[in-house]
Amino acid sequence: MTVWNQIELTWAWLTASAQWHGEDGIPHRLLEHLYYSGVSLLFAALIGLTLGALVGHTGRGGFLAVSVANIARAIPTFGLILLIVVIDYSIVPVLVALVALAVPPILVNTYEGVRGVDPDARDAARGMGMTGWGVLWRAEIPIALPLILLGLRTSAIQVVATATIAAYPGFGGLGRYIIDGLARKDYQLVVGGTFLVVALAVLVQLAFAALRRLVISPGLARAS
Amino acid sequence: MITFEGVTKRYPDGTVALDDVTLECPTGRITVFVGTSGGGKTTALRTINRMVDPTGGRVLIDGGDVRDRRPAELRRGIGYVIQHAGLFPHRTIEDNIATVPYLLGRRKKDARAAARELMERVGLEPGMAKRYPYQLSGGQQQRVGVARALAADPPVMLMDEPFSAVDPVVRAELQDELLRLQAELRKTIVFVTHDIDEAIRLGDRIAVFRTGGKLVQVAAPEELLADPADDFVAGFIGQNRGIRSLSFAGTSKLRLRDDVVRPVTSSDTEGLDWVLVVDEKRRPLGWARGADVDGSLADAALAPVGPTFRPGTDSVRVALDAAVLSASGLAVGVDGDGSVVGVAGGTDLLEGPR
Repeated sequence: MTVWNQIELTWAWLTASAQWHGEDGIPHRLLEHLYYSGVSLLFAALIGLTLGALVGHTGRGGFLAVSVANIARAIPTFGLILLIVVIDYSIVPVLVALVALAVPPILVNTYEGVRGVDPDARDAARGMGMTGWGVLWRAEIPIALPLILLGLRTSAIQVVATATIAAYPGFGGLGRYIIDGLARKDYQLVVGGTFLVVALAVLVQLAFAALRRLVISPGLARAS
Repeated sequence: MITFEGVTKRYPDGTVALDDVTLECPTGRITVFVGTSGGGKTTALRTINRMVDPTGGRVLIDGGDVRDRRPAELRRGIGYVIQHAGLFPHRTIEDNIATVPYLLGRRKKDARAAARELMERVGLEPGMAKRYPYQLSGGQQQRVGVARALAADPPVMLMDEPFSAVDPVVRAELQDELLRLQAELRKTIVFVTHDIDEAIRLGDRIAVFRTGGKLVQVAAPEELLADPADDFVAGFIGQNRGIRSLSFAGTSKLRLRDDVVRPVTSSDTEGLDWVLVVDEKRRPLGWARGADVDGSLADAALAPVGPTFRPGTDSVRVALDAAVLSASGLAVGVDGDGSVVGVAGGTDLLEGPR
């Protein structure tokens, strides 16, 4: 089977009208996939941003937070899912695993970004009468934003790619095609599903590039 | 007025940063804190806006204890300038300057308009308003720092080594600018530096701190130079104390000579080593060597006049500088229109102060 042949087959699969409706259609699977990714990322962002910002701002517990985050990175997500699914068969373990995967990059980058703010700028902010929150909100976070976005982007792409495992315990998403394809030795299906996941990851990347332009001050352009 | 009453700062590890400091910083004046590093001068400054809270004693602003006020609210009423300016990299120049007005809830439009006015005041091009800090030189950033401190028009300004990180030429410009601004604004300024020349140049009063946070002497600059309290202060002031003190000696009582001044139409250089050639309005044209003049002074080769001084306005130090740099060894005194009032030699200049 040549590569060209494969592309043709994938294209045929993607454009087949059967793929575009029903529970096993691409729109439905894509929405499932986006839903799992979005929810996981949202929780991961809440946890990672809050902890990272607080630890970076106070300068306390930084070593501990970064160490825990890095150890958490070493936990195999797949194993985590299997473990938790045994305990509670629902989508929640899958989401927990994805959150665990997404927190470390967000937390570490937020922490490093906030901690790395020029001490003079921080001193000036305080000395001009900003409260602790004011310093964090008006100075530290905007200045750390390039790094924070980088962490969010890393996590988002990882989550989008890894959310395929939701299909393993049977919760759909784009991973469904890959797992079904593998089981049935239907490689057209495997490649088609993989293509969709990769395309989604690329879209996420583009969305973050756009977001970067939108929210990061041009004054920080040179620094990052 | 800012008053220190027996202010002590002792850290938990036993280090003493300030040791029983009692001091007054008069309203509308520049008080300079100088001293060696570790002398507590920065700590002293930071007790005023509560960036540091003392472990003993009180700091009062116009009679009110600073500790009766919430730090954030207190600080919004006190200008704060630090060494590397500490500008916010993500904000434009105008928004940096408007920081405190924004904190005080002023409207964005008004705050920005005020920021632009301030930019002009501190010598920044209005075109820089929309730029970002990284696009400015160190000296320009420091001007923004000063403008930012002035934005809410606070009566008190704290300046912690604000000009230490820029090159000497820019530093001198910034010092002049500060004195010019201060002549208009009459703020109560506390200025920290480790540079005794800067202290003498800017200070109405100078407080000298020694390692261990001890205040050694508080005096006007001329008094400090003339009468250092102890060897530490004398050593700190350095070796050129005599020359420096001439900065405070006036030239109003100086006796000026007129006998070497000749109009350009003259040809009389009888018995003179040098003559100062002036035009019909008595403005100096240059120095002519008496022996070289043959005929009219209009045709004579002239050495440049060099720097001049304003008798009664400039100090003896300026006049002496003019004398040393003059071809004839004589300092040329001019009035406001640039017309020659008279000249003085080195020994004439040194007689006055003694």
